Amino acid sequence: MSVFIIRRLMQSILVVAIMSVLVFVGVYLVGDPVHSMVAPDAPQEELERVTKALGLDRPVYEQYWIFLGKALQGDLGNSFVMNDSALKLILQKMPATLELAFAALFLSVVLGIPLGVYAGLRHGSIPSKIIMSGSILGFSLPTFWVGLMMIMIFAVYLGWLPSTGRGETVEVLGIEVSFLTWDGIRHLMMPALNLALLKISLVIRLSRAGVRETIHMDYIKFARAKGLPYRRVIMLHLMKNIMIPVVTVIGLEFGGLIAFSVITETIFAWPGMGKLIIESILLLDRPMVVAYLMITVMMFVVINLAVDIIYSVLDPRVRLQDVKS
Amino acid sequence: MKFMKPVLGLMVAASFSVAASAGAQELRIGLYAEPSSVDPHYHNLGPNNAVAKNIFGRLMTQDENQRVTPDLAVSWKPINDLTWEFKLRQGVKFHDGSPFTADDVIFTMERAPNVPNSPSGYGTYIKGKSFKKIDDFTIHATTEEPYPLMPADLSTVAILSKKAAEGASTADFDSGKAAIGTGPFKFVEFVKGEKLILERNEDYWGKKPEWKTVSVKPIKSDPSRVAALLAGDVDFIDNVPTIDIANLATNDKVALSRKVSNRVIYLHMDQFREDSPDITANDGSKIKNPLLDVRVRKAISKAINREAIVARVMEGVAIPAGQLLPDGFFGRSENLKPEPYDPEGAKKLLAEAGFPDGFKMKIHGPNGRYANDAKVLEAVGQMLTRIGIKAEVVTIPPSVFFSRASAGGPDKTPEFSLVLVGWGSGTGESSSPLKSLLATYDKSKGLGAANRGRHSNPKMDEVLAQALATVDDGEREKLLAKATEIAIDESQGIIPLHYQESVWATRKGLTYAGRSDEHTVYYTVTTVK
Repeated sequence: MSVFIIRRLMQSILVVAIMSVLVFVGVYLVGDPVHSMVAPDAPQEELERVTKALGLDRPVYEQYWIFLGKALQGDLGNSFVMNDSALKLILQKMPATLELAFAALFLSVVLGIPLGVYAGLRHGSIPSKIIMSGSILGFSLPTFWVGLMMIMIFAVYLGWLPSTGRGETVEVLGIEVSFLTWDGIRHLMMPALNLALLKISLVIRLSRAGVRETIHMDYIKFARAKGLPYRRVIMLHLMKNIMIPVVTVIGLEFGGLIAFSVITETIFAWPGMGKLIIESILLLDRPMVVAYLMITVMMFVVINLAVDIIYSVLDPRVRLQDVKS
Repeated sequence: MKFMKPVLGLMVAASFSVAASAGAQELRIGLYAEPSSVDPHYHNLGPNNAVAKNIFGRLMTQDENQRVTPDLAVSWKPINDLTWEFKLRQGVKFHDGSPFTADDVIFTMERAPNVPNSPSGYGTYIKGKSFKKIDDFTIHATTEEPYPLMPADLSTVAILSKKAAEGASTADFDSGKAAIGTGPFKFVEFVKGEKLILERNEDYWGKKPEWKTVSVKPIKSDPSRVAALLAGDVDFIDNVPTIDIANLATNDKVALSRKVSNRVIYLHMDQFREDSPDITANDGSKIKNPLLDVRVRKAISKAINREAIVARVMEGVAIPAGQLLPDGFFGRSENLKPEPYDPEGAKKLLAEAGFPDGFKMKIHGPNGRYANDAKVLEAVGQMLTRIGIKAEVVTIPPSVFFSRASAGGPDKTPEFSLVLVGWGSGTGESSSPLKSLLATYDKSKGLGAANRGRHSNPKMDEVLAQALATVDDGEREKLLAKATEIAIDESQGIIPLHYQESVWATRKGLTYAGRSDEHTVYYTVTTVK
């Protein structure tokens, strides 16, 4: 297993390296950030001074080489605009995004699985039909529109929830979290539900399909025939078997939650990485964009690894090892 | 459920008391853009300058109409051709209680141009001036040539406390350690992307603001910002989207404030290439750049129905423009009016210039930099097509557009044939656009840096140079007006379309004066009496 993990990490370093080249060259080709940073009334020499100070007057391979040298020492460069280490700026905003993503993940599991299992068991009933049609809406409505509608209904008309921002935070193990205060939870509810909507629908559909397939299996029938309580059959024998695809998808989609949070964070002014990165992209703040994407790649790698490990726990037939070619 | 009752009662009571205290003393603000730093010398950018105005004083400041008014200097005057004298305000205290003296000014002028990693510095405003302390409350500034823009230039530079800011980095300002000014508010906390908290400076020398604390939250998304105001989560927002104005005007929970801005939206045309990249004859063959002919440029100006753009595209939140700055600004010409819509006249001029059937042209502009910029450009495209110039409209994200429009061509020349851009005059006088947009491109003199059409008229250059060396305000204003007339009326170097209006919204019961520099400052938000 440790060989498997080490090999996985080696692969991911390669992916990160390729990523950095692609992003670096990509952002370089998009345009020159100096013109959007320097005050419009500045004379030509100010443009030149800034270009030089940021090292943008050098050829791109040289700029990459300098970047690489620093990156190997753990320094991903300073943000062009915010005069601070790009890595630090992003990591500062990471807890807010992770909190939002975990809250969304939590919602998609606690709402998605029971609803999906119910819809699968009571196939054809009216509640089941309502759940399934609802999940189609969850899939097809655009996130930003749903977000705005939620703000209009719950914040503007009903006045139940705050419209934007993150609530009061408390420090836990050095990380600011907001889900432990009432104000924090009130602020978290709408963005988390908005972000979770798509995932809830996905989990509903997956668990329903799983239930529909598994319920006719021989071992379920055998368990029932053996006289095991219905509850035990469902909770143990059925659930464990429908969980494998659900865990895979949730794991992969967790990365998507973080990536999609850009839209939710912008609508709800949630101070996370997504909002930070979208502003950096608009300013072509290259160190920020490169650092963000490298962190995201690392995150995907770690999530996939975690999914593999959870697999082996859920299904003892799965062993973590490389397939020898 | 009985036992829940007292708990619920407490919660309700608590939420009411919070609301009450927030209403009286705290101003909660939702802004479109946040500063990249609190360090007032780090980044010469609108949001940064606006925040700095609340915390820091300047020698002179600009009032809401951008006229230069006293702040930390009570008076200033040229004592000879090359020297300006500033008398400083006495008895002013910094937020940390230390007194303000000439040493702080000298320190500020040394630091401002030398901030490490600054993405757009203040060196431009300080270059070529040397500062000398005469006594604790007198400063002399000398230049090598007569320099009338001294007060305007220095009104952009925030004065720091030498004691607090000596050796301080930009990060020290963001943490609050060095963010010690003389302004109406004291720094409390800044979390990038999340909040800025200020509190009233009880020792402020001028009129104290009404608000004990101010909390500012960046809400970039337009509909969310409006919703936050409607939901009562903030009391005041900036950059109200034009599309919501009609709706908000009828809402009795909010009040709008409008102010014409120093920003003119205009078209810049390629006036330096025989072979312009985006222009062809109707059959697609190459032709000599028609925009070199002033008659064609005039024809384009006549083809544009400014009233229609203002009424339909801008929803009335703009004013048709005939020159570089709207009414009330320094150095504008009284003789220039917005060009009336005259498609027949335009066709006639085109025919005279040898293009009776027009030509084909791609026109470029940003999408998302100015209010409704892409829609305005589309309207312009349709109006040009009507007089025979078959226009193809191309809009590009701002981050890419500006670098290409300024230097995307070979040898860092402007890439496009015709662009829609905007210009806000930071100093509040027409010398700013004349110097940057219309003066002949000259790197050594720092002129024409934003002249994306490379307009050049030696006659105008001469009048402008004269104006920039005339210290007497009355004389200079006349010269600037004359230079504007030459640039617009005679050579149509740019085609002004409209002046933007900035719109703020407050909850009912508050009012904001508005500012022509589009800045949002917190000390002029007041309760309606």
